[in-house]
Amino acid sequence: MPSVVIRDVSLNFGVVEVLKSLNLEVGKGEFLVLLGPSGCGKSTLLNCIAGLLDVSAGQIFINGRNVTWDEPKDRGIGMVFQSYALYPQMTVEGNLSFGLKNAGVPKDEIAKRVARAAEILQIEPLLKRKPSALSGGQRQRVAIGRALVRDVDVFLFDEPLSNLDAKLRSELRVEIKRLHQKLGNTMIYVTHDQIEAMTLADRIAVMRGGIIQQLNTPQAIYSRPKNRFVAGFIGSPSMNFIEGQLAQHDGTWVFEAADLRVPLATYPFQETNLSPRAATLGVRPEHVGLNTGEGWPFEVETSVEVVEPMGSDTLVWTKVAGHDFSVRMATERAPSAGQRATVGFDPLRASLFDAETGERL
Amino acid sequence: MADVTAISPAELAGPSGRRPRRAISRRNVFIYGTLLLVSVYYLLPLYLMIVTSLKGLPEIRMGNVFAPPVEITFEPWVKAWAQACTGLNCDGLSRGFWNSVRITVPSVILSILIASINGYALANWRFRGANVFFTILIFGAFIPYQVMLYPIVIMLRELGLYGGLWGLVIVHTIFGMPILTLLFRNYFTSLPEELFKAARVDGAGFWAIYLKIMLPMSLPIFVVAIIIQVTGIWNDFLFGIVYTRPEYYPMTVQLNNIVNSVQGVKEYNVNMAATLLTGLVPLIVYFVSGKLFVRGIAAGAVKG
Repeated sequence: MPSVVIRDVSLNFGVVEVLKSLNLEVGKGEFLVLLGPSGCGKSTLLNCIAGLLDVSAGQIFINGRNVTWDEPKDRGIGMVFQSYALYPQMTVEGNLSFGLKNAGVPKDEIAKRVARAAEILQIEPLLKRKPSALSGGQRQRVAIGRALVRDVDVFLFDEPLSNLDAKLRSELRVEIKRLHQKLGNTMIYVTHDQIEAMTLADRIAVMRGGIIQQLNTPQAIYSRPKNRFVAGFIGSPSMNFIEGQLAQHDGTWVFEAADLRVPLATYPFQETNLSPRAATLGVRPEHVGLNTGEGWPFEVETSVEVVEPMGSDTLVWTKVAGHDFSVRMATERAPSAGQRATVGFDPLRASLFDAETGERL
Repeated sequence: MADVTAISPAELAGPSGRRPRRAISRRNVFIYGTLLLVSVYYLLPLYLMIVTSLKGLPEIRMGNVFAPPVEITFEPWVKAWAQACTGLNCDGLSRGFWNSVRITVPSVILSILIASINGYALANWRFRGANVFFTILIFGAFIPYQVMLYPIVIMLRELGLYGGLWGLVIVHTIFGMPILTLLFRNYFTSLPEELFKAARVDGAGFWAIYLKIMLPMSLPIFVVAIIIQVTGIWNDFLFGIVYTRPEYYPMTVQLNNIVNSVQGVKEYNVNMAATLLTGLVPLIVYFVSGKLFVRGIAAGAVKG
């Protein structure tokens, strides 16, 4: 049985449609990430699941129970917020036990659950402190603890790491993943950070304009993006795009742009009924070779414009068919600006999109 | 140490460290001069009142209003408090003082209690019609009091509250509502919304969130509301004279009756003492709560 089911959920604020007849199923123990640019409706969807926003249409089921009209506390969810939202006048212990006191849980049971959560999150020495005496990472840990003590099946995270600095963020990211492996709860996690999404998720739902664009495993979304938006949104540095034409040449399909002709013999076409049309070719910088010497199915000579060393590797900017084209490569092999270089790639790992609809071909 | 060989010795001997500032500069003289002048301008009347209230009547008749009292006497203060005559009663301002206390205390408590709940509901529980309700409430703040004076007399009469203390308390509570609700609504809106959401997920209801989450975070705004209400209601004259009978007149009305009485000699010293006594309560509120206010802001400063 799926843990959370969203059925045809719509949400309007006046005339603005934030969610458009959205359907989603989250399996038991699954870690689902809602990913998208700001304003795409991902946080709104999470608030609808939590019951903090009333849906305009549709139904929400949690553990097979229809909770569409239920209060947040009755839905069997715990929630972690971006700004931690700790009650400033209560101690850490008070923060953890507030929900349980409201639910009328017996005192010894509260103490037991608080102790367990504190142990899991290693915040035992902080229990008597006020939130103002905690660091950002500690505060977020307490906020996670507040969801933990509620002993619920579904955890909702609303950009929990966005307020932390880069180092703490990566630390807590690993910790959340560990927590998920240990507890096995269903987790729904909202973020605009694709690294978080890729590292944490069992499945990612990429959203835009209140619609789920693609729902799949991180690997599938990375290597076979369903449309041009997903392709451009996922991956850092982002994918190179070349505008051109899909055409037939000597019986095989080719992609033509300016004076280039990319043979598509190895490209895994999704559509069987192909016809010549305007198309966009997308290639990830890490799938491009520069001066490798090996024979790529497609190669072109160009000049190096800018070199950006990033420590672990280097991003080399060139021009292909008049478009900016970046290559990600080992720092020690990187050319310097102004040099001539040969770039090549295999269409097998590229993505081809219909220029009009943006859909993958 | 930085390599200084490239810089000439003359330049090196020049300015170093903090730039010196002269204590008596043209700028300072101007600023402090202005401040001094304005302070004197504002404090002179107060000085005049205190000095006069401590003089006997013969001394006042000699003129020299600015001169300090030759012989300090507290008799005018005693007289103003306990013996000055208003109408038929000759028991001084004390009666008006206690009336004002009995009017101000319940009015302040009642109006702040209701307004804070109003503001909380408007800020956090956006119920259907909340905006219309709020607009109407704020609109009330712009209607001149005089327009409503007589209709309220009729309403209080019909309710059987006209002339008593509680009628006046109700009037003060109602008239404090627009500005106080606005104050509280804006404050509660400024608190992080996620705190409210977290409390809802934690199963707290309308009252639990108000009492356990919002109230402990709102000390500063409560102090501001108390200052506004105490000074406003204590200084009220119009409602006091219109809606109460003489035995319930607040201090301000009584002060007016003492100062404006036309019979007998003008006792300037008693009038001054009576005025100072009446102004004492708002003055004390400012001094005491000013400190609390700053502390309240510091205590409420929770940054995420």
